[in-house]
Amino acid sequence: MQYMLLIYGDQNGWETLSEAERGEMMQAYGSFSQELRDSGSLVAGDALEPTETATTVRVRDDETLTTDGPFAETKEQLGGYYLVEADSLDEAIGWAAKIPGARYGSVEVRPVVVFEEDGS
Amino acid sequence: MQEAFAAALERWPRDGAPQNPGAWLLTTARNRAIDRIRREQNLRRKTELLAALHVEEPVQEDETIPDERLSLIFACCHPALATEAQVALTLRTLGGLTTDEIARAFLVPEPTMAQRLVRAKQKIRAAGIPFRVPPDHLLPERVRSVLAVVYLIFNEGYGPPPRAELCEEAIRLGKVLALLMPDEAEGLGLLALMLLHDARRAARLDAQGELVLLDDQDRSLWDSARIEEGRRVLDRALPLRRPGPYQLQAAIASLHLEPETDWAEIAALYERLAELAPSPVVELNRAVAVAMAEGPEQGLALIDGIEGLDGYRHLHSARADLLRRLGRDDESAAAYSRALELASQPAERAFLVRRLAEVRSTA
Repeated sequence: MQYMLLIYGDQNGWETLSEAERGEMMQAYGSFSQELRDSGSLVAGDALEPTETATTVRVRDDETLTTDGPFAETKEQLGGYYLVEADSLDEAIGWAAKIPGARYGSVEVRPVVVFEEDGS
Repeated sequence: MQEAFAAALERWPRDGAPQNPGAWLLTTARNRAIDRIRREQNLRRKTELLAALHVEEPVQEDETIPDERLSLIFACCHPALATEAQVALTLRTLGGLTTDEIARAFLVPEPTMAQRLVRAKQKIRAAGIPFRVPPDHLLPERVRSVLAVVYLIFNEGYGPPPRAELCEEAIRLGKVLALLMPDEAEGLGLLALMLLHDARRAARLDAQGELVLLDDQDRSLWDSARIEEGRRVLDRALPLRRPGPYQLQAAIASLHLEPETDWAEIAALYERLAELAPSPVVELNRAVAVAMAEGPEQGLALIDGIEGLDGYRHLHSARADLLRRLGRDDESAAAYSRALELASQPAERAFLVRRLAEVRSTA
């Protein structure tokens, strides 16, 4: 199965980190990504620009409406994701717990829907 | 693979307990590798079972793989499910209760409980909650989760108000776990604890349904066979030398059933329990035991040092009792009144009202 690991955290927290702490964080993500890649479980993964850069799009009556900012203002924001292949929720939880951001914010684990037509 | 879980979830409740569980149950926990191979071999069969379910054909008990039972317990008690869903699923799939019986036991409408079960099964399937005995590095946490669900079911049944069918189910589940995981000291501890509590069930409420304190209980109503059974189970747990909260609580419960209560020993066990599982409620129980062993002043001093239990009625009723023994009736009345504000069960309220009237009449 595939699981999306959605990393939520207070994006302003980054601002409060020292240079050294940021370096450590980057390194931690680097080695986590490497471990995930080496295991063959990594499907995709990215970090996202902060929510100030977000645009929300809706289409109503064939008209495209765009607004500045994320869909919902929340204390924790989506900051990145990993898409992993795992044999069960337990394995996915195991990866989620290793994501450095899980120590500060939270990681939402969502199974990816497999549609019947895929034949998988 | 996920479909196979759904098949098992549907099948167990209908079929109930295997006819001859003992022989195979004992060896399962040790045979995980064999399990895995067998399970793969049986995947095709399970898929066929699922197909059979769709046409509502009952599955024969002798076709089921015994090891599925333990795997199913772990799936039902997976921490990714909400606690209330874990409890409902466990009762429905491993206990002998119907959806309607579970709904009544938890005082929710039948459709609500049915919906809760459907959602939980959907999550197991969609989220890929594994249907297996967890690997060693996850086992301690998962065992704790399973034991917590069983104990929660027991406590719901213990009441007040008591619902005997839930206590019986919890004890039955505890026995299954003790057979499946004979080396789990805490599993044995939990079973012993439930048996020892349940042994006093008939004496806990009087004819009017009012709560009877331990001291005032008619000991002839205690179930001596159940007490013996509980003590035997505890005796099996202790040599494993892995003490834990359930074993300690069972040891305390056992001491409470002695003709002469050894309050100093009980206080010492609570002290150890507070180290292993710190909580203000444990501190309160320890304070009560100390009050009995050393005197109400010492107990009261400990109670007044507890933080974070102001909304807990038992703290106020215990305080009230100690103040009453010290002759501080005005303060005692105030504490009984506070306990009464927080109590909702009729039997307990009746008891507190009676006590309050007593201290007011002497104050």
